Amino acid sequence: MTDKDRFVPDEGLAPASTALPGGAGPLEEFTKPPSNQWREVWDQFKNHKGALYGGILFLVIVLWVYLGPVIWTIDATHIDIRARNQGPGFSHPFGTDQLGRDTFARMMAGGRTSVSVGITAMLLALGLGSFVGVMAGFFKRLDGPLMRLTDLFLALPLLPLLLVMMLLFRDPLNSAFGPEQGIFILIVVAIGVTSWMPTARIVRGDVLALKEREFVLAARSIGTTNTKMILRHILPNVLSPIMVSATLGIATAIITESALSFLGLGFPPDFPTWGRLLFDATDYLQQYPERVFWPGLAISLTVLSVNYLGDGLRDALDPRIRGR
Amino acid sequence: MLTFTIRRLVLAVPTLLFISLVIFLLLELAPGDPMAQVPLTVPPEVKEKMREALGLGQPMHIRFWKWIVQFFWIEPQVLIDAVFGSSFSAGDLRVISWQTRSPVMDIVVQRIPQTLWVVGTAYLVGILIAIPIGIYSAYKQYSWFDQTGTFISMIGFSVPPFFSGVLVIVIFSVNLGWFPSIYDTTHKVVDWDSFVTQLQQMVMPVMVLALQITAQISRFMRASMLDNLNQDYVRTARAKGLGETTVVMVHVLRNSMIPVVTVIALGVPSIFGGAIITEQVFKVNGIGQLLIGAIQANDLPMVQTLTFIFAVLIVLFNLIADVLYGLLDPRIRYD
Repeated sequence: MTDKDRFVPDEGLAPASTALPGGAGPLEEFTKPPSNQWREVWDQFKNHKGALYGGILFLVIVLWVYLGPVIWTIDATHIDIRARNQGPGFSHPFGTDQLGRDTFARMMAGGRTSVSVGITAMLLALGLGSFVGVMAGFFKRLDGPLMRLTDLFLALPLLPLLLVMMLLFRDPLNSAFGPEQGIFILIVVAIGVTSWMPTARIVRGDVLALKEREFVLAARSIGTTNTKMILRHILPNVLSPIMVSATLGIATAIITESALSFLGLGFPPDFPTWGRLLFDATDYLQQYPERVFWPGLAISLTVLSVNYLGDGLRDALDPRIRGR
Repeated sequence: MLTFTIRRLVLAVPTLLFISLVIFLLLELAPGDPMAQVPLTVPPEVKEKMREALGLGQPMHIRFWKWIVQFFWIEPQVLIDAVFGSSFSAGDLRVISWQTRSPVMDIVVQRIPQTLWVVGTAYLVGILIAIPIGIYSAYKQYSWFDQTGTFISMIGFSVPPFFSGVLVIVIFSVNLGWFPSIYDTTHKVVDWDSFVTQLQQMVMPVMVLALQITAQISRFMRASMLDNLNQDYVRTARAKGLGETTVVMVHVLRNSMIPVVTVIALGVPSIFGGAIITEQVFKVNGIGQLLIGAIQANDLPMVQTLTFIFAVLIVLFNLIADVLYGLLDPRIRYD
């Protein structure tokens, strides 16, 4: 005891104004409203350089593929056979392909498909994963069966199964919805159904932890129903892991779609996607190696930016790291 | 530990049966017709005979049962016969490929060495590069080495193999002319020169695969090292005067390897099945290419058997990873 007394400086009784610089000022800090949680997340996110640039780059790519055709009006399927196999120039910034189609326009059209598939498949996987995760975490009876189901899906060899699904269900869906819509639905559903498992596991873990917290008990004690409980108290609190898996899900979906197109089991040949453009360009690898470069670069940059975005979001949304 | 292993092994049986049923039903519900390639001039009754010859005449559950018997009972007998020269399986019907009319497992056995050579080497190379990078990145956290390592592994995550593969072909094969762009599987290693040729044709696929493997494992290694470097036992080890090398390379490394070893074990199934795209890019005729070819030719027994083999490997190595985790880390007790 005596030792400790000697070490503790005698400032506990002094007014705060002498101990803390600026402490004597007016009590502005307390009159300000408490800062918004999302503002803090944004502040943390801003400081993560990679995430910020990744986010900006992803935004630019999305704007380019969706709004680009408004400015660059050449049709992606317009064939100009006299202008075939041209190098980069003023009229065709990325050159033309073996049928004289403008590569710049095709890149935008391909990107539109790839990004749309990526985002839609991610939303589907996220919806499925969150649903299974919340159900398994919230209802004890469902936990066992749903988690065994998740393990089962994790044990399936995914790429082979995807390839088999593409092969088997392409024709009936094509005849039902038309060649482009049919294959779009097929790819989105196939990717979504095979990639919800990580989200489900993470969400379940968080829900299990949340269920033991006092505010859930409080809400329960005033008679909140299960539906209200999930929608109002559980879901907002598991939003951060869901958002992180969302960004990473876009990356996986874009890569998977490109891989399918690259293996020749994706969209039909006249319907450009980045994977398809890359696949077509490999035939001209010897003569025009630069053609491989653009779609490959587009896929890689998109996935890289999304990965950095997810990395930054994970740091920004984690309250344990925030403020460091 | 033993009870846990046995329990998991017993649980693996229904899992695998269910997976085989899913694969079977998926292929069964498929609208594809194996007779689609047969010319229209062939009369319908002959077509019906051909269908029966392929084993398609019977109802679904009987064919599923036959496949199970062939895969789990007859094929192991064939394996025993091949090893010991006995004749248990004489006269039994094996799983037959519709493409080649020869047993599926024989083709798989022919294709496995190519896959193992290329993908296995890449896996080893990737691990050997990743572990030192992970250790040093964690030891010098936020240094320029760490930042570069993070960036490179982000690239490894983001650049898909069908782009990096094509890119290295453009650079090293088209422009520089150092390595052949197509992997020659008929090449036999007999002397030093042919060994050098074999190495040359392996460099590019191995490079592409190793980049991805390195990216993943070095991230894991770094995270695991960082977890351990801040532990109290590290301070104790330093305080009692151990050298920095001993502290990091013995105390911290051994503890950090525990999760990394399980991650490595979990990745082994991908050696056999996951390199489908890389094999396609470099024209390595391994297992992955066999699957693609079978899918395009509508060869259902082949697709079913291959997909199921991948599933068996995934389940098996998941089990191995769990058991390894328990063996390596005495804090974890399953019982």
